[in-house]
Amino acid sequence: MENIQNVLYLSSFVFVPMVMLLGLWLARNINQVRGVMVAGSSVLLLLAVKLVFDFLGARAADPTSEMLFTGHIDWFDALHIKYAVGVDGISVAMLLLSAIIVFTGTFASWKLKPLTKEYFLWFTLLSMGVFGFFITVDMFAMFMFYEIALIPMYLLIGVWGSGKKEYAAMKLTLMLMGGSAFLMCGIFGIFYGAGGNTMNIIDIANHTNGAHAIDTGMQCIWFPMTFVGFGVLGALFPFHTWSPDGHASAPTAVSMLHAGVLMKLGGYGCFRIAMYLMPEAAQELGWIFLILTGISVVYGAFSACVQTDLKYINAYSSVSHCGLVLFAILMLTQTSCTGAILQMLSHGLMTALFFALIGMIYGRTHTRDIRELNGLMRIMPFLSVGYIIAGLANLGLPGFSGFIAEMTIFVGSFENADLFHRILTITACCSIVITAVYILRVVGKILYGTCTNEHHLQLTDATWDERVAVVCLIVSVAGLGLAPLWVSNMIRTGVAPVVEHILPTAQAVAGF
Amino acid sequence: MEYTLLILLLPFFSFLFLGICGKWLSHKTAGLVGTSVLGIVTILSYMTAYAYFTAPRGADGTFATLLPYNFEWLPMGNLHFDLGIMLDPISVMMLIVISTVSLMVHIYSFGYMHGERGFQRYYAFLSLFTMSMLGLVVATNIFQMYMFWELVGVSSYLLIGFYFTSPAAIAASKKAFIVTRFADMFFLIGILIYGYFVGTFNFVEAGADGQVVDTMGQICGFDADAAKFIPVALGLMFIGGAGKSAMFPLHIWLPDAMEGPTPVSALIHAATMVVAGVFLIARMMPLLQSFGTIGGHTVLGIVVWVGVFTAFYAAAVACAQSDIKRVLAFSTISQIAFMMVALGVCTELPTGHHHVGSLGYMASMFHLFTHAMFKALLFLGAGCIIHAVHSNEMSAMGGLRKYMPITHITFLIACLAIAGIPPFSGFFSKDEILTACFAYSPFVGWFMTAIAAMTAFYMFRLYYGIFWGTENEELHAHHTPHEAPLVMTLPLIFLAIVTCAAGFIPFGHFVSADGQAYDIHLDWGVAGTSIVIAVCSILLATFIYIRKRQPVADSMAEKFSGLHRWAYKRFYMDEVYQYVTHRIIFARISKPIAWFDRHIIDGFFDFLAWGANALGYNIRGLQSGAVQKYAFVFFLGILALTLLFLLA
Repeated sequence: MENIQNVLYLSSFVFVPMVMLLGLWLARNINQVRGVMVAGSSVLLLLAVKLVFDFLGARAADPTSEMLFTGHIDWFDALHIKYAVGVDGISVAMLLLSAIIVFTGTFASWKLKPLTKEYFLWFTLLSMGVFGFFITVDMFAMFMFYEIALIPMYLLIGVWGSGKKEYAAMKLTLMLMGGSAFLMCGIFGIFYGAGGNTMNIIDIANHTNGAHAIDTGMQCIWFPMTFVGFGVLGALFPFHTWSPDGHASAPTAVSMLHAGVLMKLGGYGCFRIAMYLMPEAAQELGWIFLILTGISVVYGAFSACVQTDLKYINAYSSVSHCGLVLFAILMLTQTSCTGAILQMLSHGLMTALFFALIGMIYGRTHTRDIRELNGLMRIMPFLSVGYIIAGLANLGLPGFSGFIAEMTIFVGSFENADLFHRILTITACCSIVITAVYILRVVGKILYGTCTNEHHLQLTDATWDERVAVVCLIVSVAGLGLAPLWVSNMIRTGVAPVVEHILPTAQAVAGF
Repeated sequence: MEYTLLILLLPFFSFLFLGICGKWLSHKTAGLVGTSVLGIVTILSYMTAYAYFTAPRGADGTFATLLPYNFEWLPMGNLHFDLGIMLDPISVMMLIVISTVSLMVHIYSFGYMHGERGFQRYYAFLSLFTMSMLGLVVATNIFQMYMFWELVGVSSYLLIGFYFTSPAAIAASKKAFIVTRFADMFFLIGILIYGYFVGTFNFVEAGADGQVVDTMGQICGFDADAAKFIPVALGLMFIGGAGKSAMFPLHIWLPDAMEGPTPVSALIHAATMVVAGVFLIARMMPLLQSFGTIGGHTVLGIVVWVGVFTAFYAAAVACAQSDIKRVLAFSTISQIAFMMVALGVCTELPTGHHHVGSLGYMASMFHLFTHAMFKALLFLGAGCIIHAVHSNEMSAMGGLRKYMPITHITFLIACLAIAGIPPFSGFFSKDEILTACFAYSPFVGWFMTAIAAMTAFYMFRLYYGIFWGTENEELHAHHTPHEAPLVMTLPLIFLAIVTCAAGFIPFGHFVSADGQAYDIHLDWGVAGTSIVIAVCSILLATFIYIRKRQPVADSMAEKFSGLHRWAYKRFYMDEVYQYVTHRIIFARISKPIAWFDRHIIDGFFDFLAWGANALGYNIRGLQSGAVQKYAFVFFLGILALTLLFLLA
């Protein structure tokens, strides 16, 4: 009975978007569309908040189980596919993040035209995929939701985008689908490698329910495939090039959702599937990817320094920050992995804020070229101040979420005692300076100074719906940055068993 | 001591309140809110200091270190990042310095920023800065220090860029932030190494039954393995400190930072934030003294030489600047370098009362205290002058003594103090520093004495240039300079009084290297020399600069025109930086990387897509719909299969 209750409880994150889809389909005018979206996304946000509290309560009562609120129903028994759900500290954090982004994304696309209804239909379908991905623990179901989240992106960019939107949409979809192909091979490899009896990742990891350990030789084949498959979405160098074009062409809320949540699917998948299920290969081959992510971190930051399109700057900055997520995961200490999840959370919120603001500025000035923008501070003070706050958060100012995430990652990475990890950590530390360079460059160029373009002088500041989106995100970023203890502890409860599983116990406990 | 929490929280709330609600407040309300909150903070700081220093000393003759608050903020594996408040002699002393100067600046800004657009924002940032700076000095651990260190950096960025429509201010704020951030990176790496090998970030920890455990004292007894890396960590931290405290070659941001409003320069770039590096070194002093060397050089030795060179360099540059704020900025760099040198010469562990090796610590903190007061006074005075003549250039001034008597007198007091003339405060603290330097090495002692003479010279050059010399009739015809309003002169008078009196504070009773009471006694050999030299340089400056025309100065500038131009251009350090950032980082690293990304990596994926396309285009001929072609291929296939079967 509890089984079914749990399934229903967690599946509400999928049901609510379904109901929203139905509501959107029935909606007759724009106000009804907006009504459905606001109601639905608020319900999702409340559900996510409730889940956090429920989870913290349940975790206090049961500190040992890896996943809480687990449950499953048989789906396609012949292939051992189940609809299995369950959450731990990591997925709860991700669900909360997704709910915040969907909520604010709704407000950020308030005035979107044309085809508003259709836009929101795809938008909601995308969020359904995202939520579904984070609640399931069955590889097949995860993969399915993953694909549900990817496909709408093609239409959202291709139809409602700007600039070279068809090219960008095609590129993004092809590259991510290429990743999916690797991923599918990897998933089947894991499935059969573990005995072909279960798709449930908890069972595979713990060798229960008919699963056995995957042969190390096999792991070394499937691990890179799975890691690259998810890594493409997590902007792993050199598979990140969809990101600048994709973000630049995407409409505001889609950029927000994409950078805010979708890219986190990559990091989450790398951690939960690639590393968790194939621990030996992760330790053996981790160094290759560690170098790649190390490059991502610095390379993304340097590339961002000379871009002239606001969205390109942010896309490269995302490459750098998401690189840090994968980097920290591969560092394989409890602290660095906790930092990685914190960084996902923090990057999601910050980048969503950034893209929201860029979208709002673009909506007014119709240009994102920093050479054509200047002196916006006097014209749109609210948006400019928001932009500065987002920038400061992005460069890791204490008091915002970026600081705690980065510091946890650096301290955690430094727990590795060998020279290789040390040097990489120090290299990654360099990114904090380069980040400051490109953020301040933009702030100085577009916000400060005197506005010389007379068309821009008549522009107005943010409207109420935009203010809602911006304020919500700023409050989340600052809230996380000022009181990180509970989030950090919650994430740690999720990270600890995974890392202990990957590393032989003695190493994991001491961290030295 | 529970109320100490308010010292941090009040400015923070005032920042939030002014930042969010500022636009609905009038200038007057915003200023009053900011100033009154700071007034309360100052009172609380003085109460804390009174309570702290009047409490009985411990059995070993030191003041007990208090830890009113300390809680875990962020766990990091075995380590944890705490936030809290630690009170020990130097942090309490800093509370006094920061709150006093900040309050004076708050009051002064009422007049200086009168009617300025963004007045509320200005007060909000001042509150943010004060909060961060106070948080920095009461930090219980190195990470908290780093956190507030970054916050003061950003407050400084925001305040330098206060006039955000001026290109110079934008560039200066960016430069200040990025240069200090670059230094902070080393600081961060230092913290990482330190945390790993030491196993805690905390300076002190709350032990059982309310006792405060001196973690740093325990670290000093560490074994050889960890001891190898702690000096490296300390060296890296010193780079961080050098960035904030504008040590050569990371000093370049400070002169440009003068683009900010003058009261901000007084508060941040003269009295408080720039001494954060000195404070950091003082805080780590037990470790610096215990853990010797990196590759044969002691970290403290490096501190000394960096300090000596910076002091000299900045003094040389200050002699040739014409912008009064720049002169003061270089003078600040030079004076901070004095404090650094004083810390660097504390090479030996303090053992007894009169141990010379530990004198520098007390001297440095003393100089920090007195310098904060007289340098703030100089800057605020400069603010009054700029307010009166609407220019920073010395050419717009001259002969102002009759128009601005209060500013003139207070400025003169501050100049005498920085020149080291008794009985003003600078004399006492500088004398202690010189004594410590002579004990370290006679060369350093004499060299620092010579720099002290240069200080006296350029300060009086500045003083005569502003208040004596030729009056700029043309400019004054439009607009007669007048004395600043009372709200601006009151802080000047207050600080002047402090400057006159601070030298007589028995500073050694409060702060000393070993924590025990130490009686400051003047070494008349050193003091006499430095007075004579200072007086000589003042006379020289008087001789050169007091008259209406300055033939000596002009001819000297002409004779040594190369040197003068180099000094005026600050030895082209800024050009070197320009070159490094634009020509190397942007043009040689970022641009190629961006090109590589677009053309090679992205080009490869585009090539893949193009290849798939081209392949499809080329093989589509097979699906032409022509039956004869299909039949031909069909028969070829059969032939091939038959051959395969027959041969196999």
